[in-house]
Amino acid sequence: MTILFLILAVLAIVGASAAMAFRSAVHAILALALAFVSLAILYLSLDAQFVGFTQIIVYVGAVAILAVFAIMMTRSDSAHHHTEVFSKSWLTGLVLAGGVFTVLAWAVLGDKTQHAAADAPAPVTTVTQIGEALMQRYAFPLEIMGLLLTAALIGAVVLAMPLLSNKSGAKSVTKGDAR
Amino acid sequence: MASMNTGIVEQADQIFVVLKGAVVSHLPTILQPLVSAIISVIAVVAVFAGLFALTTVFERKGLGRMQNRLGPNRVGPFGFFQPAADGIKSLTKEDLVPRAADKIVHFLAPVVLVAASFLGYAVLPVGRNMVVTNLDAGVLYFFAAGSMVELGVFMAGWSSHSKYSLLGAMRAVAQMISYEVPLVLASISVIMTAGSLSTVDIVAKQAQYTGTIAHWYVFTPWGFAGFILFMIAATAESNRCPFDLPEGESEIIAGYFIEYSGFKFALFFAGEYLGMLATSALAITLFLGGWSAPFSFLAWVPSWIWFFAKLLTLIFCFIWVRGTLPRLRMDQLMGLAWKFMLPMTILNLFVAAAWRFVPGGLPVRWFVCAAMLVIPFALLSRGLRSEKKLQTRTYRFAE
Repeated sequence: MTILFLILAVLAIVGASAAMAFRSAVHAILALALAFVSLAILYLSLDAQFVGFTQIIVYVGAVAILAVFAIMMTRSDSAHHHTEVFSKSWLTGLVLAGGVFTVLAWAVLGDKTQHAAADAPAPVTTVTQIGEALMQRYAFPLEIMGLLLTAALIGAVVLAMPLLSNKSGAKSVTKGDAR
Repeated sequence: MASMNTGIVEQADQIFVVLKGAVVSHLPTILQPLVSAIISVIAVVAVFAGLFALTTVFERKGLGRMQNRLGPNRVGPFGFFQPAADGIKSLTKEDLVPRAADKIVHFLAPVVLVAASFLGYAVLPVGRNMVVTNLDAGVLYFFAAGSMVELGVFMAGWSSHSKYSLLGAMRAVAQMISYEVPLVLASISVIMTAGSLSTVDIVAKQAQYTGTIAHWYVFTPWGFAGFILFMIAATAESNRCPFDLPEGESEIIAGYFIEYSGFKFALFFAGEYLGMLATSALAITLFLGGWSAPFSFLAWVPSWIWFFAKLLTLIFCFIWVRGTLPRLRMDQLMGLAWKFMLPMTILNLFVAAAWRFVPGGLPVRWFVCAAMLVIPFALLSRGLRSEKKLQTRTYRFAE
C-alpha cells in the first residue's frame, strides 16, 4: 500500500512538474495526462472507484484530448518557438502557490475527523450510494448542473452559428468549383 | 443418471475455474491472491491475442470469399497458419523511425495503445465465475480504459511528424470522441434497467429464464434498438469499415500509423483488433446475455463456449459489414453521429424507462415500446433524407 502510494505520488509529481517544464506543448500535455492517470490510480487505491474512473474519463479522455486538439488545429510546428520556460513573473506564482498550499494545509490539519480516521476502517462507498445521493438528496444541484451544461452547449452552437449562415454563400462557390 | 449428467455439465462449465483453483491451492496463502491474478491476466492476454491471430485469418478468408477470391491459402492447412508467418515477418522486419520523429513519444504510442486495449478485458465475464475482477463500476472502468486509446492514437499521429499521420490521428480522435457519446448512451439504457454498473451483475440479471426464453436485453424493443446502435457506434469506435476514414488507404495511406514498421505496426494492428473484440465482448455482456444460453434447454452447453460463440458471430458480422459497405465521407460520418445516433440513443433511454412502467401484459409493452422507437425512427430518417436532396450522381471524369 505505502509502496504503491510512493510510486504513484512520485509519478504524479514528476508528471505535473514535467508538464510545467517541457518546452513543447504536446509533451507538456502528455506529462499532464501521466499525472492525471497516477492521481486516478491513487483514488482507486483508496477504494474510490467512481472518482478514479471518472477522473480518467474526464481528464484523460476529454480534457487532455481537447487540449491536444486545440494544438493540432492551431499550431503547425511547436518546435520553433524559443520561449523561456521560466517566466519572469515566477515570484508572483510562487507567492500564489504558497498561499494556496497554506490554506489547504491549514484546512487539512484543522480537520477533526482526520485523527479519528487513522484508526477507523475507511468508509466503503459504492456507486449505488453515489447514484442514490445524486438522485435524491442532491437532485436539485444535479438539475442545475444539467441546466448550466445545456446553456454552455447552446452557447457553443450560437458561437458556431455565423459560420452556418455564411455557408449558403460559400456553398455555391465550392459547388461551382467541384462541378 | 440425471444427477451424474448435471455433474458432468457442471464440471465442463467450471473446468477452468477448478483448474486455476487447483494450481493456486498448492501455494502458500500469502502468494495466493497474486498468483491467482497473474494466472487470470496471462489467460486473458493469451486467449485474446490468439483470438486476434485467428480473426485476421478469418477476416482475410471471409473477405476473400465475399470478393470472389480465395484469400490466403499457402501456409498450413487452408492457410490457417498465416498469422504465424505474419508474426515472424513483422518481428524480423527492420524497425524504421523517421529522422524528424519525436523518438520517445513515437516509441511509447504503440505501448500505450495496446496496454489500454488490453485493460478493458479485466471486467468482461467470459464464462460463469470467469472474470478477472468484478468491479463495482465495471462498465465505467471499461470506458475509462477505452478513452486512453485515443491518447495513444494521438501520440502516434503527432510524434511521426508526417502530414498523413497527423491527418489520420485528427480524423481518428474526432471520430472516436463523436461515437463515444452514442456508445455510452446506448449502454446507459442497460445500466439503468439492470440497476448496476457491474458487468457480472448485468449478466446475472440476463441469465434468468421465463419459460424457456432468457431475459436477454436484446429481446426487448429498447434492447434490440440499443444493440444495433451500440454495434454501429462500436464499428466507428474501432475505426472499421465503413467508418475507416482514419486509415483511408486511398487518401492518407494508413492514417496515424503510417510511419510505423515491423513489430510496432503489428502492435497497432493488434490494438485495433483487440479494441474490436473488447467492444464486441461488451455488447455481448450488455445486450446478448454474456455467457448465458438463449433458451433454458440449451443451458447444458458450457458458459464459456456460449461467450466465444457469440463473440465469433459478432466478428463475422463485422467482417460481413466490411465486405458489404463502402466508406463514408467525413460529413456523413459526423452527420450520422450527431443527427441520427445521438437522438436515437437518447430516445432509447426514455423507451427503456417506459418499458418498466407501461402497464399491461408483455405484448402490450412490446407494441407500445416498439412504436415509441419505430415512429420517431421513420420520421427522423425521412427528415434527414429530405434535407439531403438526393439526385442521380454525375461523374465528371468517369463517364
